[in-house]
Amino acid sequence: MTRTPETTLADLSINAPLVERILVGFIQSEIRRTGLSRAVVGLSGGVDSSVVTFLAVRALGAENVLAVTMPYRTSSEETRRDSRAVIEQLGVATRDIPITDQIDAYFARQPDASQLRRANKCARERMTILYDQSAEFEGLVLGTSNKSELLLGYGTQYGDMASAINPIGDVYKTQLYQLGAHLGVPASILSKAPTGDLWVGQTDEAELGFSYADVDRLLYLMVDRRWQGEELRQAGFDGEFLRQVADRVRRSHYKRRLPVIAKLSHRTMDRDFRYARDWGT
Amino acid sequence: MAIKTQPAPVARVKTEPAKTPESAQSPEPVGQPAPDRWRVALVQMAPVLGDRRRNWALHKDRIAQARDQGADLVVFPELSLTGYFLRDMVPDVALPLDSPEIRDLVEVASPAALSLGFVEQTPGAKFHNSALFAEAGRVVHVHRKVYLPTYGLFDEQRYFAAGQRIQAFDTKRFGRVGLLVCEDFWHLSAAAIMQAEEVDMLVCVANSPARGVQGQSIATAETYQYLCRAYALLLGAVVVLVNRVGYEDGLCFWGGSMVVGPDGRVLAEAPQLDEALTIAEIDPAELRRQRVITPLARDERLLLLIEELERIKRRRYDSHS
Repeated sequence: MTRTPETTLADLSINAPLVERILVGFIQSEIRRTGLSRAVVGLSGGVDSSVVTFLAVRALGAENVLAVTMPYRTSSEETRRDSRAVIEQLGVATRDIPITDQIDAYFARQPDASQLRRANKCARERMTILYDQSAEFEGLVLGTSNKSELLLGYGTQYGDMASAINPIGDVYKTQLYQLGAHLGVPASILSKAPTGDLWVGQTDEAELGFSYADVDRLLYLMVDRRWQGEELRQAGFDGEFLRQVADRVRRSHYKRRLPVIAKLSHRTMDRDFRYARDWGT
Repeated sequence: MAIKTQPAPVARVKTEPAKTPESAQSPEPVGQPAPDRWRVALVQMAPVLGDRRRNWALHKDRIAQARDQGADLVVFPELSLTGYFLRDMVPDVALPLDSPEIRDLVEVASPAALSLGFVEQTPGAKFHNSALFAEAGRVVHVHRKVYLPTYGLFDEQRYFAAGQRIQAFDTKRFGRVGLLVCEDFWHLSAAAIMQAEEVDMLVCVANSPARGVQGQSIATAETYQYLCRAYALLLGAVVVLVNRVGYEDGLCFWGGSMVVGPDGRVLAEAPQLDEALTIAEIDPAELRRQRVITPLARDERLLLLIEELERIKRRRYDSHS
């Protein structure tokens, strides 16, 4: 059982217009400084990719945003409908590229593959398509991983976690709903249970074993406000819940970093060869 | 950009989006301000990261615009010639104080005074996060950032040598002036020194990022508002804050440059997040009036402060020596 303290301890409310302004400016600045003016988003019909598509359109204009839908045969009708609603509302350029053929061809030779392997393979297949479309459309791939997912490692490395720039990586899931409501994301997207649509009936919260509302409050206090374990327990968080979440954050840290390079020289990438990515722009 | 007119009787403020030289036009006759008023231009800009040549051109353009609007002091943000997240670029973008680039900008601004930020190379291959103040075509002061933040997202002590002095200086037009760089302003000791220096104007140049966009506002912006207003009131001086805008590696600089009068009231405010050239007109006679009304600096017991600090020094350091 999870007990969570008063919401006042962890106020996750945001000033949505201010956040929108900062994130729209971020997309404009980080894309234009590369000499490009367009963006590519993988649109699933969930709140994360919908919010990113809305932000991209505000930043770059609908004609400069390509929304790519990449359904697998098990993808639900609901996600297809919600993606279409976003595309129609925004008038963005769009391509529908199903991944069923190549995924099924691969797993025909790997019949014992687990559900997790299949889900990861789908995520990576979508990534390769987005990067290919990025070259064709001459736009950067926008990331759609939120802060909750990134901290929990709830994503596929080099799959849905891969992108050129990510406008929502410092926004908790709970906050994304506030931002989505402000931006005018369709109500059907904001009201449904979060799902990666990884297999039929899958929901994030059932798979994780806790709700975003609970874990976001904990992560905010633990990560952003630097509360320690005993303080969190005294504030009413369940000890087992605390341990489980802290473990997830630690064990998934490799996903948030570049591969470790064995050091030999005086200057090694990312260790003592340090430049901003926006070097010279 | 809306043109803001503050109700404050001592100052007028005009904020305009920064323009390219081709489109720049003087909105009112040049050189018409009341001669006893200080016209301070707050240049809220976004430098190109590590491209000194382009930033130098940007400075020339903004100085020309500010001069067109009758500014007699043009203030650029911290590290305005280089950008902020330099990391290993620091030695590559450093300049000695007597470099032709700096001399050129000081001359272009003259007779207006100028403050800008740069990476200063000093003998012994030391690099400082420095800001200079020039008046009448001559550099009259350089402040080397003393407090180099190295926490959270900041890593300045890895790249810069710390300045060793916090000193005010006399100017012809603006009385006694103090110049601080960003984090220096967050240290009460720096403000206390400036109070003891009896400054008339305290200038803080900053590269302050939006850090803590939680709740309804930007936490760092709120803190700066508090500090500017409190220092202005406590020092009985004009406080000028110039902060940059733009993005570097996902980090957003929030702008919000401002001028606060000696009574603690905000006289001029640039918008948050957008580039702007804001002109603040300051009536220096207000300094005298405010010091008559609330003579805090007059009543300051400097010797008492020094003695207490000496006592604290003995307690905290002498036993370890």
